[in-house]
Formats: sequence, structure tokens, C-alpha cells
Amino acid sequence: MIEVTGLSKRYGTHLAVKDVSFSIEKGEVIGFLGPNGAGKSTIMNILTGYLSLTQGKVVIDGYDISEYPEDAKRRIGYLPEIPPLYIDMKVREYLNFIYDLKKVKFPKKPHIDEILRLVKIDNVQNRLIKNLSKGYRQRVGFAQALIGNPDVLILDEPTVGLDPKQIIEIRNLISRLGRNHTIILSSHILSEIQAVCKRVIIINRGQIIADDTPDALSEKLSSDHSLVARIVCAEQDMLDALKTIKGVKSVTSLGCKETGSYDFLVEPQPGVDIRGEVSKRVAARGRTLLSLTSNRVSLEQIFLRLTEVSDNDEAKRLLGIDDKPDDEKVSLEMTDGETVTVKTGKDKGEDEE
Amino acid sequence: MSAVFKREFRSYFSTPIGFIVLAAFYFFLGLYFSLIYSYGSPDIATVIVAMSTVIVFAMPILTMRLMSEDRRQKVDQALLTAPVSLTSIVLGKFFAALAVFAIGFAPTLIFEIIVASYVTVNIMSYIYALFGMLLLGSALISIGMFISSLTESAVISAILTLVINILVLYMSSFASMVSVSWIATIIEKAAFITAFENFGQNIFSVADVVYFVSISAAFLFLCVRSLDKRRWA
Repeated sequence: MIEVTGLSKRYGTHLAVKDVSFSIEKGEVIGFLGPNGAGKSTIMNILTGYLSLTQGKVVIDGYDISEYPEDAKRRIGYLPEIPPLYIDMKVREYLNFIYDLKKVKFPKKPHIDEILRLVKIDNVQNRLIKNLSKGYRQRVGFAQALIGNPDVLILDEPTVGLDPKQIIEIRNLISRLGRNHTIILSSHILSEIQAVCKRVIIINRGQIIADDTPDALSEKLSSDHSLVARIVCAEQDMLDALKTIKGVKSVTSLGCKETGSYDFLVEPQPGVDIRGEVSKRVAARGRTLLSLTSNRVSLEQIFLRLTEVSDNDEAKRLLGIDDKPDDEKVSLEMTDGETVTVKTGKDKGEDEE
Repeated sequence: MSAVFKREFRSYFSTPIGFIVLAAFYFFLGLYFSLIYSYGSPDIATVIVAMSTVIVFAMPILTMRLMSEDRRQKVDQALLTAPVSLTSIVLGKFFAALAVFAIGFAPTLIFEIIVASYVTVNIMSYIYALFGMLLLGSALISIGMFISSLTESAVISAILTLVINILVLYMSSFASMVSVSWIATIIEKAAFITAFENFGQNIFSVADVVYFVSISAAFLFLCVRSLDKRRWA
């Protein structure tokens, strides 16, 4: 349905998108994930024909966007980051305008009525867009993209600035539309993409650094299962006790965070579940275990770390998307709840910045 | 094109702009007509020619938001990703402004009828003047649209258009200051007012028609290029 090959975009001397290629089958729901400024919007703007491309080729349903822009554009509904609304128009008037602009063939009134109902804005159809809240404006923007029932929907951060209830509504809507549309959705929130997309393309600095299912990605990203135990005890005594548990790789004291107790970061050897052993050992010592929490890095944190690394090759290695020798493979390692450090096999102990 | 035309035309009257421009037109038309009529002249063409000073100031208001507003509000993303050509977007907007402009001169028809009921009038003189005014209007609208497409600010667009309008319309006044005679001639002939006044004097010259039509076409073309150029920025 969408075929992108060797796409590059240059703004002056700045290369915003570098040699991006991917292809999307009919009916797929794809998430573009990346920090602000990664090039997500630029790629979307190129796919929809709003921006020109410097190099490469974009083909929508067999039509090259540069050669047959009108045929390609007819197949796309686009919701840009800022919904493109004429604020001095009423909702219905505006949708009528878009209907005329897109030269839609369906019967006008029922088609627009259906879309109004679908995005739940039929109650505001006679209000000026100027007077609508952000959430409603976003939905009017959504409605605008749906007019003409295009096969491909391109949604640039559709839930930004919405309240949690609206976010869920929009997500549900996207999931429903995903049954018979090809959808590209961008976000910088990983969990959002996970909720609706079957495939994720991670973009950083204008390049694709990963293209996989959300499950596979989170698997790769969060291989770490260290624990934080809060125990009422004497610090040094318990530190020694925990270290002797079989399967424990390292124990670090995180100090006193609640009066009378100490927090310990316990890191198991890969593939070993030590939760039971830890609680048994604490009990055997006659101490009280106040809490035992899995210290899994949140997906967001790892994603941040991934996209913060200085070059994309490094990020790819973090994801294990290369076939470098084993000793260069990287493992993610937690030091505390806040930061993630990355150590490579080669230079162990040296924290990467 | 019709979708853009309809929207832009309606937008003139959902904001005060259309009303302000029309009110100014009607006020001055009425004023000039009553002056001329009280002097006993039955020539409505004179009224229309006299309006050239008014349109210099009215035109920037008419065109200032035409392109710049879309860009400021990011609505251009809807227009440019719709399956329509840039040319039809530009033409839709152009004709919307021209329609408002034409409506501004509708009262002259009533004036003509009033005058014609008393004396015999040269109807062609009225038609030429009106036609000349529409040509002048379309040239100024296309220039204003092009300027509006260069900026995101309606204010900058209006001020710049005003300056350019005064320049292109009345540059013949500066001709005498230029000592090189052939440059002076060019300035004098190229001034919009020179070509426009011919229409007002009951002269129908194909050269003047071609002049205004080509100016309009050139600036509409530049406007399309300016939209397209943004895609490459």
C-alpha cells in the first residue's frame, strides 16, 4: 500500500531524513516512534505530499506522490500535528468544505453525518471551531482526515494535548478504523503505540533505528529484572546475607529511604527468578521485608536512553539489531531507579554517557 | 476551485473584512456620485475612475489574509494535501476576492439607471469604465495575493501591498523626476493609472486589456510558485 525507498529530505544544509525505506501492507497499523525533532512529522508531510522530497521515492497504492500527486493524495487522509482548521467556520460548514475540496463522490449529507457520529462531534456540528476545546478541535481534525473514506490514514500525534478520557476514545477509534484502513500513527509515547499498533518503526535523527512488533521491542529493550527490596534490618549485615543467595549477581545498598529500613538493589543472574529466595532469606534472618518491587526500567526510560545515544549505530546495538561479535553486544543495566547506564562488553565498567 | 472560492467568499462575510471594504466602497461611491450629479454631469465613468484612490487603500485589506492566514493557522496542510492542484487553490482565492471587489461596484449600476432615466447616456462609456476597473482590480488583487503568500503576517502583507499599490498605480507622477527620457516614458506608460484612465475616457484599447490580464496572470503564477516553493524549503 505504501512503499518508501531511499527517502531523504534536506533543509538547507541540515539533513532531516536520511535514506529511509519501509513498506506497509494494506490494513497494517504502524506506529512511528521517536523523540521530537526525529523526523516523524517530516516523513509524514512527505508521504502526504505537503513537503517535497530531496531524494528517494514514495508510492501510495501504486501512485508515485511526485508524479501523480492528485491520485496519491486522494487515497490519504491526513491529520497533521496541529489540526488544519478554519477557526472562523462552523464544524459542519468546515467538513462540507473539505468534502468539496476533496471532490468526494459519496452522498454528501449521510457521509458527513456518519463521520460526525464516528468521531463523536455531532453535538457540536453547528458551533464555531474557534469556540471548541482542544479535544474537540482534534476530533474535527480527525473527521477532516476521514472525509472521502481514504484507504490510508496518516495521523501525526493524534492524542497530544488530550485528557486521559479523550486519549482512550481516540485510541479506540484508531483501533476500530484499523480494521479496514492502513494507518500510520506517530507518537513519542511508547505505550500509546503499543496499545494500537501491530508494528513499530522507531525513528531517531532522521533514520529508522528499529522496525518490529511492539512486543519484540519491549522484550529486547527490557531484559533486565533486578529487584528493589526494602527491609527492616542493619545495612551491612543484610548486604552480606543477600549476596550469598544463589543466583544473585550483585547487591547494592540504596541507603535508608524509610525510617528504620534500608533499600537494596538485587540483581539476579540472567534468567533466574530470585524473588522467593530473597524473601526466604530475609525471613530466615528474622527481619521484615516491607516491599519487593521489580525494578524493570520503564519502556519510556529505555526508549529515551536509546534515542539519546550519540549515534544511531549505538542505538541499533542496544536493540541487538546487528551481527557484531558477542563481546561487543550491549546489555542494559540498572544502577538505580532513575538512570539507566549502558555498558558494552568491550569496556566493562565504563559508563557510557 | 469552487470549494476554495465558496469558502473564501463566505469567509469575507463571516469576518468584518468584507463588510468594511464594501462599506468603504459604498460610502465613496455615494459621495462621488452625489458630487458629480449635483454638478449636472451624467457620467458614471467619472465616478468609477475617481474610485481608484479608494481601492488603493481597500485592496490591501481585501488581500492581506488571503494566503498568509492559511499558513499562520496551518490550514495550508489541509489544502496542500487535498487532491487539488495549487493553481486551482490560488484561482479559487483570487476569484473570491474579485467577486467581493465586483460587488463593491454594483451600486454604479443603480446610478447608471438613475441617470439614464433623466438623460441619454453613453452606456458603453460606463461599461468600459467598469470593465477597466475590474481589470485594474484583478491586477491589484493578484499582486496583493502574491505578497500575502510571502508572509505569515496579515499586517506585513497589508502594509507592503499598500506601498506597492501606490507605486504601481501612481508611478507616472514620479516620471517627471527622472531625467533619462526613455526611463521616464516607461514609468509613465507602465503606471496602472495610465492604462486605467483610458477605459474611463471611453477608449477601449486591447493593449491595456492585455497589460492588466498579463500582470494578473504573472502574479497568480508567482503566487502558485511561492506556494510550491514552500514545499521545498
